[in-house]
This record gives sequence, C-alpha cells and structure tokens, in this order.
Amino acid sequence: MGKIDYGGITRDACLEYVADASLGDYVMVHVGFAISKVDEQEAARTYQYLAEMDQLTEIETPEPRISGEEPKT
Amino acid sequence: MKYVDEYRDHAVAQKLVAEIKRAVTRPWVIMEVCGGQTHSIVKYGLDYLLPKEVELVHGPGCPVCVTPLDMIDRAHSIARQAGVIFCSFGDMLRVPGSQGDLFQVKAEGGDVRIVYSPLDCLRIAKANPDKKVVFFAIGFETTAPANAMAVWQARAQNIRNFSVLVSHVMVPPSLTGILQSPFNRVQAFLGPGHVCAVMGYREYEPISSRYKVPIVITGFEPLDLLEGTLMAVRQLEQGRAEIENQYARAVERIGNEPAQKMIFRVFSIADRAWRGIGIIPKSGYKLSYEFRDFDAERIFEVANIQSKEPEVCISGQVLRGLKKPPDCPAFGTQCTPQTPLGATMVSAEGACAAYYNYGRHMVAVESLQARA
Repeated sequence: MGKIDYGGITRDACLEYVADASLGDYVMVHVGFAISKVDEQEAARTYQYLAEMDQLTEIETPEPRISGEEPKT
Repeated sequence: MKYVDEYRDHAVAQKLVAEIKRAVTRPWVIMEVCGGQTHSIVKYGLDYLLPKEVELVHGPGCPVCVTPLDMIDRAHSIARQAGVIFCSFGDMLRVPGSQGDLFQVKAEGGDVRIVYSPLDCLRIAKANPDKKVVFFAIGFETTAPANAMAVWQARAQNIRNFSVLVSHVMVPPSLTGILQSPFNRVQAFLGPGHVCAVMGYREYEPISSRYKVPIVITGFEPLDLLEGTLMAVRQLEQGRAEIENQYARAVERIGNEPAQKMIFRVFSIADRAWRGIGIIPKSGYKLSYEFRDFDAERIFEVANIQSKEPEVCISGQVLRGLKKPPDCPAFGTQCTPQTPLGATMVSAEGACAAYYNYGRHMVAVESLQARA
C-alpha cells in the first residue's frame, strides 16, 4: 500500500500492480488500486503537440482559398 | 491537479475543434465506449462543439448499467438475509431491482454498506467474524484486478466469512456485438482508456481489422476526447481502419501484465448477460473453480433467480448507440436520477444520468440538432 496525493487529498492505494512506482511518481488509481503509472514524458509530449498543433498544420495544409475571392492584382 | 488541468485547456480545445472541422467532409458516427467518456463529453458539452457531421453515440461501458436485473435481484436476495453484511460500490445502491433498490433493503433492516475499494470488505470481514460479508463484484476489466486481489487476499489471509457475487464483463465482446448488429450505425470507436491501461490494446487489433473500423484508445479529459475524435475522423476520412493510442501517457500496448495475471488467477472467462443487450458468449468473468468457496451465488443458492425486465425503459438501445436519452418519452419526466426506471439513469457513468445532470432535459431537442 502507498499514500496517494490527489491534488491535496491523501488516500491509501494498493501499489501491487505498479511495482516500479516510486516516491513522486504519478499513478492512475481505480477503486483503491493503482492500475497504471503516468508516463510523464509522454504526457508532456502529447500536451506540447496539442498546444502547438495549429502552427504545424498551418504549414502543412494552408487554408484553401475560394477562387472567386482571390484578391485581384 | 497535474496531468488533469492542462488537458482541460480551453484554447487548445478550440484548436482541436478547428482541426476536426478542417478534417471532416461528410457525416460520421463515432461511439465513445466508456461511461466515463460519455460523462466528460456531456459535462463539457464537447458534442456541441463538434461540427454537425460528427455524431457521438454513447457506448455500453457503464458497469452499473449493464449489470443484468437477475444479478441485482440476486444481490437483493442476499442482502436481505440475516447475518449478512452486503458491500457494494455506491452507485449500485439506487439501481432498481424487481422489488426496490438496495437503499430500500437497508431501510428494511438489511446491513448494506458502501465501500470505496473491495479491500475495504476484507477489513469489514475481519472485524465481524460472526457475519457473512458479501461484495457485489461488478465492473469491466478496470475493476477486475481489484476484485481479484480481494478474493486472492481473502484466501491468503484465510478470511472465510467473505464472498463475492460476481458480474464481471469485458469490453471487446460488446464491441463485436455492436458491430455485428444489423442496426449498427457505429463507424469508429473511441476505445476505453482505463480498460486498456489494464488489458492493453492487442485484443482490439483483430476487431479493427476484421470489421474495418478505426479504434482510437482515448482518455477522459476534454482534450483527450477531442484529440481522439480528431484521430478517428482522420482515419475515417482517409479510409484507414487502425488502432491508434491517444492515451499513451497511461496505456501501453501490452497493458498491465501483473494485473492481467491476477485476473486470470482468480477468474475464468464465461458467458455473461448484459442488461438491455442479452447474453454475449465469453463476454465476462466468473470465479475459477479453485475459488468456489468464495462464490456468493453458490453459498447463498441464488443462481436460480431469474427476472423479467420492465418494457418501458430504452436503456438497451441507448447502450448500443441506437438511441439517445432524449429519444425516450420518460426521460426527465417519469425517469430521473431520483426515480430511475433503468440503470442508465442511475450510474454517474450512465448516458441518461449524464444528460439529466447537465441539464439536457431542459434543452429543446431542436436546439440540439441545430448545434454548431
């Protein structure tokens, strides 16, 4: 068993299924059992990707212009 | 809370919605499998943000909702017996059986207790050696390792006044059932993040390739659900049908192997009845023969209790993505969380309860259809 801090509330959880979890790790708890260790690098990478998404896609696929609205030169 | 708050970022959500709008060219029906996902979608109004081409339908992944009436009546029958302490997760207490709910059993003098974890029951059993402590072991693969551990520990610690009433179900057979239905509308799934944290997603690969259906393993926060939807829409638009893992921060392909081992030490695969759906072959767990001394159905001889479903409730169709809560004439009038006719109105993970709790019974149907 280990103590889990849920953003301020502390509760015991069984850590039997996340044997490699150590002090300071983030885990996902379901009905009193940690079922998964949160991969911090993966979490950061995903969020970074999402936050920067529009910059990437604007380069990849520019907004299609409707030909009738083409600025006249 | 870290890894929660940032996945609720409004600005990023708007970007994801814009990406979905950019990707979509025609109508698609996507099912989110888990009740927890349904809850987030309705709570944050994510379905209102999506373009009208993308329809989200709500899946069968609500454990309380799919527990069949027979099992609930068996639970009530055990809970009514003298000398029994009947333990359950809280949302099971209000589920109507053929004669009232567990609150009523409690009001009539039954010793019914809400537990947070199945391990709490072992503590109760040790403190009450003259009582029989029974735990209502329901749920999907997410809960199975916890319930298996309780039984395993009971045997290891020689706690003989503890037993479990098992009604465990598995997600993959229910997806196959939905896809095989002649009425099926679902074209892609947002897969169950927490179930896959335990089981991994290898067993979803043959479903995706056999039925040519994209499955995106998805988390539970708004950004998870929007990104999962975007990934599913892109697959559909590009004619791909693959497994993708949106929830990589918590889910690996192989899942949690120690947890899987414990499940199969204690349980074996069995046919299971699903409320509103019927019997699905090899769709759940029962206690293995080795653990029969912990089987409440056997100890209390309730296995022969059969019940008939009331006809009014459409929860079976809601659970298969065929109907939505407002399609039911009883929704929000005769049927509310205080007076539920069916389990989808009871559990916080049930689609009907989510729609009701976030005020959708007060929203005109036309305005929902005219969204975005």
